[in-house]
Amino acid sequence: MLDDFFIRALIAGIGVAIVTGPLGCFVVWRRLSYFGDTLAHSALLGVTLAYSMEFNIAFSVFIISSLIALTLIQLQKRTNLPGDALLGLLAHSSLAVGLVVIGFLSFIRFDIMGLLFGDILAVTVNDLLIIWIGGALILLILKLIWKPLFASTVNYELAEAEGLNPDRAKAIFTILMAAIIAISIKMVGLLLITGMLIIPAAMARNISSSPQKMVIYSIIGGLLSVILGLFSSLEFNTASGPSIIAASLFLFILSLLNIKQSIKLKN
Amino acid sequence: MSSDQNILVKLNKAGFSLNNKWLVRGVSLQVEKGKIVTLIGPNGSGKSTTAKIALGIYKKIDGSVEKYTNKVGYVPQKISIDWTLPLRVNDFMVLTESLNKESIDEALSLTGVIHLKDKNLGDLSGGEFQRVLLARAISKKPELLVLDEPVQGVDFTGEIALYELIKKISDELNCGILLISHDLHTVMSATDHVVCLNGHVCCSGSPMDVAKNNEYKALFGEQASQILSRYEHRHDHVHTSEGEIKKN
Repeated sequence: MLDDFFIRALIAGIGVAIVTGPLGCFVVWRRLSYFGDTLAHSALLGVTLAYSMEFNIAFSVFIISSLIALTLIQLQKRTNLPGDALLGLLAHSSLAVGLVVIGFLSFIRFDIMGLLFGDILAVTVNDLLIIWIGGALILLILKLIWKPLFASTVNYELAEAEGLNPDRAKAIFTILMAAIIAISIKMVGLLLITGMLIIPAAMARNISSSPQKMVIYSIIGGLLSVILGLFSSLEFNTASGPSIIAASLFLFILSLLNIKQSIKLKN
Repeated sequence: MSSDQNILVKLNKAGFSLNNKWLVRGVSLQVEKGKIVTLIGPNGSGKSTTAKIALGIYKKIDGSVEKYTNKVGYVPQKISIDWTLPLRVNDFMVLTESLNKESIDEALSLTGVIHLKDKNLGDLSGGEFQRVLLARAISKKPELLVLDEPVQGVDFTGEIALYELIKKISDELNCGILLISHDLHTVMSATDHVVCLNGHVCCSGSPMDVAKNNEYKALFGEQASQILSRYEHRHDHVHTSEGEIKKN
């Protein structure tokens, strides 16, 4: 069964969607979408390093993205530049450096479109293991830090005052973000990973009344997007990443209808 | 007065500065089990800052703070909640600690907002939200309660009832309370110890002592001083919410 590339892609996509669901909710709640973008851009550098040193891609991306996240935290402390300027600086400079390094690697055949937008043909059994084991670890750690992370998302001072150690939870969450980007880069591509995090969560926000429900709807939305997107990718011969994101956009538009109805009800 | 093991939090000459400006400095105070300590002072005198030092929210402080409990309930003066979160009152109640349904219902009933349990937090009025904040803080049965103007925006009768509730909680749970309040009448009737702040501790002691203090008079004016001394004469009875007078 795993010999079929499409089945592999489906299993990989489902694994990714289950993890991006809850993480994406936090990205929306904590307003971290541009931060996710920055980590994803820096992933290109991680991929090129992996190719040049014959490293595992996911591992290399994870290391580089974590380093970029730590650099960001240090820069925030030591400069007076606003957060979005720092994010832009890191995102574009790491993307540029990554592209420059690719230029030096002319001896390696590089599928840059696959890297940017995802490539279902590229998913191997090895990738499946990384996605599912890595994904399970991410979810487990997220569950462990859920309370302090969620409480500090609602209000930092309440969490700190009542002894939940929000700073540690935030640092761990940053690492989890780097990890999800590392394991999903082959599926969705580095330009669209943030979309996979945000759009199902945004869709879920439109139709949910509590944080738990939003997480569940976000996972379901991600799963539907992956399945819809991959089937249409096969049907129309389009890149897997954009197809998945387009499917999630379709679901988001559907969820807007729900908002209209509830506003009508209120009036 | 009481032995050391009753101390919940203790500040030794604590101070905090931001951008090279002292918000408050040289504050020494302690909160003990079953006692209510009240911070009073004009705007910008460092009351909220002192509370945050006691809670450990500010870490780079001058002096020291010793905290002997982790069971803390906090009602902040200002709270900004991001409405990108779908959050109902019920979700908010279990924010920092998992509670069973009975504890949640009990706390919400005590502050008179049980009917709002399934409402979205963003749909509450200021006073309703304040009652929910107080309910959340007491629901976990804390050893230390830090209440930063806990009844702001609450209607007049509610204000009296909530202050009585705070006094009752301090007695029943035997928890220590660090209270910040502008309402001198209410403060004086229930407080064990008053700390008057104005960037530093300008005076402290029992309500009576503070009332007689000249620095206090200079800070709050003669009228405020009379409020306190009036309370001095009323110490033999208390007023219930129904308007009855009860002998102590």
